Amino acid sequence: MSAYDKVLAARDAKKLMSVDYISHLFSDSFFECHGDRRFSDDKAVVGGIAMLYDMPITVIGLEKGRNTKERMERNFGSAHPEGYRKALRLMKQAEKFHRPVLCFVDTSGAFCGIGAEERGQGQAIAENLMEMMTLKTPILSILIGEGGSGGALALAVADEVWMLENSVYSVISPEGCASILWKDSSKAAEAAECLKMTAKDLFDLGVIERIVREPKADNQNMFESLKLLISRTFEKNMAVSTEELLNNRYNRYRRIGNYSEISIEENN
Amino acid sequence: MDFFTFIKPKNELESTVDNSKQNNRPFVPDAMWIKCPACNTMLLATDMEENLNVCTKCGHHFKMNARERITLLTDKNSFKEFDKELESKNILDFPNYDKKLADAKLKTGEMESVVTGRALMEGIDVVLCVMNPEFIMGSMGTVTGEKITRAFEYATENNLPVVVCTVSGGARMQEGIMSLMQMAKTSGAVKRHSDAGLLYITVLTDPTTGGVTASFAMEGDIILSEPNALIAFAGPRVIEQTIRQKLPKDFQTAEFVLEKGFIDAVVKREDLKKTIVKLLSLHNYSSKEGE
Ligand SMILES: [Zn+2]
Repeated sequence: MSAYDKVLAARDAKKLMSVDYISHLFSDSFFECHGDRRFSDDKAVVGGIAMLYDMPITVIGLEKGRNTKERMERNFGSAHPEGYRKALRLMKQAEKFHRPVLCFVDTSGAFCGIGAEERGQGQAIAENLMEMMTLKTPILSILIGEGGSGGALALAVADEVWMLENSVYSVISPEGCASILWKDSSKAAEAAECLKMTAKDLFDLGVIERIVREPKADNQNMFESLKLLISRTFEKNMAVSTEELLNNRYNRYRRIGNYSEISIEENN
Repeated sequence: MDFFTFIKPKNELESTVDNSKQNNRPFVPDAMWIKCPACNTMLLATDMEENLNVCTKCGHHFKMNARERITLLTDKNSFKEFDKELESKNILDFPNYDKKLADAKLKTGEMESVVTGRALMEGIDVVLCVMNPEFIMGSMGTVTGEKITRAFEYATENNLPVVVCTVSGGARMQEGIMSLMQMAKTSGAVKRHSDAGLLYITVLTDPTTGGVTASFAMEGDIILSEPNALIAFAGPRVIEQTIRQKLPKDFQTAEFVLEKGFIDAVVKREDLKKTIVKLLSLHNYSSKEGE
């Protein structure tokens, strides 16, 4: 598959969405929570509490919706500021009860509109980045489809970030990139290659910890192994001290990015 | 032709700056005339420079490069630069990025889109980061994030307040996911500085957009802005294309964002230094000379 094939697969309306993962992994144990307690309930974000075997966890997902009606309701998975604030509220709640946080990421990006700007889209995302960095409970984020820029990152500051084999994660869509670079959005396939946005690319760049096989809806065994993997990761991170957990999380991002110094850095 | 016209909706972190505003800065020989884009008055370049690159007629704030702003804000000869030689690599091997970087370096004489260092403001010791609109539109490359992160870490270690002046078209597409990760990295460093009980003041200048808005620009304890600066997550063009309607005239200006509750004050350039010094004093930071 080419990079652009992966982009198309990640956007495929028939693929599994956050709500599917929640029902396959947690079935009836999931209790959905609503609202940001400040403005409204953004349905592009679905969140609540669930049992992972015998461990209560908080689950938060960006949800695109499975049919036209749902997609309209959920704004195609593009959250407004209140969606990010709802996610943060649930994370803070998880911290209080020392539950791990599991995030599913699937969005083309944070919503671009008048209301979103008026209510501080930039501020909402920035606050999540800051608060997630020091949230005193383990966080695991899994990209299950599209990881569109800051709107995805706002649910992906975590101890580990995993990607499904057919998910993508990028600072800009390949169409947008092609439009700017070559004034031709039909060159999106080329742009997708240049952006290095597939799971393999990101693994090679050291941005993610694991590539996960794509579970099939009719194969519950695949969900069971994913569930086991998630549970082991949380157990591992619940066992370390909060200080170590947060240091590791900080350093995870601190070391990302390559740079060169042409001479010794100046110390005044 | 404005190339941002082609931006597809929802690519919110890539540059969303209105390009027609890009040529505002007066790169002109002495005694040349510049037309103010706000009031259409013809201004003498030398007069404008003396007036801090502010229109003498209507007060329009033209862009300022990083060095000019450092001169504006700091005590004479007090600025000690950090990481001057740190430079970006073409990590993704992105087409034509090497040339773009080389051109930006040549044009600005800078290595990246931010200049960081330690300086005195009326004798008060601060860490200062100033972004540069002339370096690939102040976009956030990996080294931009690295320099800002180092500056915050230095300030945390040395118990110093931080002042960051932002101007940015957003993420740097040519660095892909690495550019995006700088939002998390810088936010982590800001949070540690904040948890240490230290003051962080942001000064938003025209334009501050995309990934910079969605990270350290909006994370200050006190957020100031220059008048009429564009402050946005998604720029006006991207929004117009997404919702297919014209935006109100003052949408996303500093004054609009103030009204919506996201910044503390709009401050004229001539008052910027004394306002920051006042805020530093209100947080018990004082001049070293007084000790
Ligand atoms: Zn004017």
